[in-house]
Amino acid sequence: MSRGRAWTQALADGAVGHVVPSVITADVTLGDDVARLAAVVPDPDSPYHRARTGEVGLREGLGLAEAVTGVITQDARLPDHRRRPIVAIVDVPSQAYGRVEELLGLHHALAAAVDAYASARTAGHPVITLIVGTALSGGLLAHGYQANQILALKDPGVVIHAMHKPAAARVTRRTVDELDELARHIPPLSYDVTDWAKLGLCDELLDVENAADPTGRDVRKTKDALTAAVERARHGPRDLSNRLTSPGARRTRTASRRVHEALAAQWQ
Amino acid sequence: MTPSATPDWTALLARTSFIELDARARATAVLDDGTARELCGPFDRIESPWLEPQDVVPESDDGVVVVKGRLDGRAAVVIAIEQAFQGGGIGEVSGVKIATALSLAARDSRDGTPTAAVLLLETGGVRLQEANLGLATVAEVCSAVLELRALQPVIGVIAGALGCFGGMSIAAGLCTTLIMTREGRLGLDGPQVIESEAGVAEFDASDHTLIWSINGGTQRTGTGLADVLVLDDVTAMRSAVIEAVGRGVPGEHRSARIGELRARLEAVDPAAPPEPAGLAAVWADAVPPKGDGR
Repeated sequence: MSRGRAWTQALADGAVGHVVPSVITADVTLGDDVARLAAVVPDPDSPYHRARTGEVGLREGLGLAEAVTGVITQDARLPDHRRRPIVAIVDVPSQAYGRVEELLGLHHALAAAVDAYASARTAGHPVITLIVGTALSGGLLAHGYQANQILALKDPGVVIHAMHKPAAARVTRRTVDELDELARHIPPLSYDVTDWAKLGLCDELLDVENAADPTGRDVRKTKDALTAAVERARHGPRDLSNRLTSPGARRTRTASRRVHEALAAQWQ
Repeated sequence: MTPSATPDWTALLARTSFIELDARARATAVLDDGTARELCGPFDRIESPWLEPQDVVPESDDGVVVVKGRLDGRAAVVIAIEQAFQGGGIGEVSGVKIATALSLAARDSRDGTPTAAVLLLETGGVRLQEANLGLATVAEVCSAVLELRALQPVIGVIAGALGCFGGMSIAAGLCTTLIMTREGRLGLDGPQVIESEAGVAEFDASDHTLIWSINGGTQRTGTGLADVLVLDDVTAMRSAVIEAVGRGVPGEHRSARIGELRARLEAVDPAAPPEPAGLAAVWADAVPPKGDGR
């Protein structure tokens, strides 16, 4: 079972449903809230052969957009503090690499998902990301990177990156060993989740007993962490400015902060 | 009206190529004469801190040019990506420059000075030398496009010769209006990436006719994934941008038309997809379900 499905099932209060076969949703009680979970999972029968092992492809972009927009529409008349949290459970090997995908405009399907998540966030839904497996490239942009708060499991199976390692080595004309060596002193290049957390993008790293098949204790701990993240999101900014003001960003993203200040000063 | 993209000979002979200009010249050419003012320019020397340790020579604008000025008399900011530096790759500094400029335009728009933005998108996507910070800033760029486009038009331009790929193609998909030339290309995964991930049978990256039939400006505008096709000409480009800004903020943006996306995907059998040239006709018949306002 994929980690995305395992965590969705473990966290869910009841049945797990789906929007399309590869996008599953469920509800989970977090404190006083009932949050909506969404995950992309493998669909070995997908008619899109390049999107059968959990990649974010055309159907997944559409399915995520529908799942998230559905919550926004249903809660549109509720006061801000009652708008449901949305939790993106992330375990995506990448986006789908395929010709049909490009023909039909994969970038557009992913833009629809990004639009939906960002719209939920700005409408006052706490959007929380929980990274439980791989979170690569366009897959993460479409599903996870528009969140107010990002949590990740501290586990070797959690890999967050712009491109998987052999391809990144090929494109930058390096060997995998050279890439690993560089990553030791250049944090954004690292495939290690604790290095990624130093970039200022991570709101909490969770130590769990079994990242592939969560134990009862793991589930309780994660629910507590998600509940706290929802609380922080409700009181935090609705844009992504916290990614430049977090403690990690203050240490690592000094260039980002300098650009931000200089541009603002020269703007008028 | 969409400016004609037919190679009219008089126009061709009289034109000044937009594509042949570098990012700074493109940005200036879009704005009203004498109004362009560059922000965080090369002399501010804010370089990427991640390149030198990898033996890559940084540039002191990090490959993104931010120019504030007036467009047909209105306040505007033009943000141009320089394809000649690191393949237009978006890193920490370049990404934050784009996102911050868009957010400042949004702030001004909220405060009573409506400020539109024009994004000149020649980029391969995330700069792999900055991997995770590049990816994160592309997410921030997407968020900032969405923030501004609710208030003022954000016009994306993909002129050529590099095209717009990777995560930045998602940002392109969020623009209010997308302007392309025949020479421009738009797609998530570049042909070489697909060939290397999935094999030459999936995508032959040496087949230029195939590439442009799928990613090219004519195809993308013909199928509604981009809006305006223009000739590679400075005057035509500037007119198209001014016209797009003049149309204002639409009631519903392309990336929010989920019902249309669903109808279009349902109209195609992925096991037997239409030829690229036939896609526009297939999609013209794909009407979203009635009452689906999404």
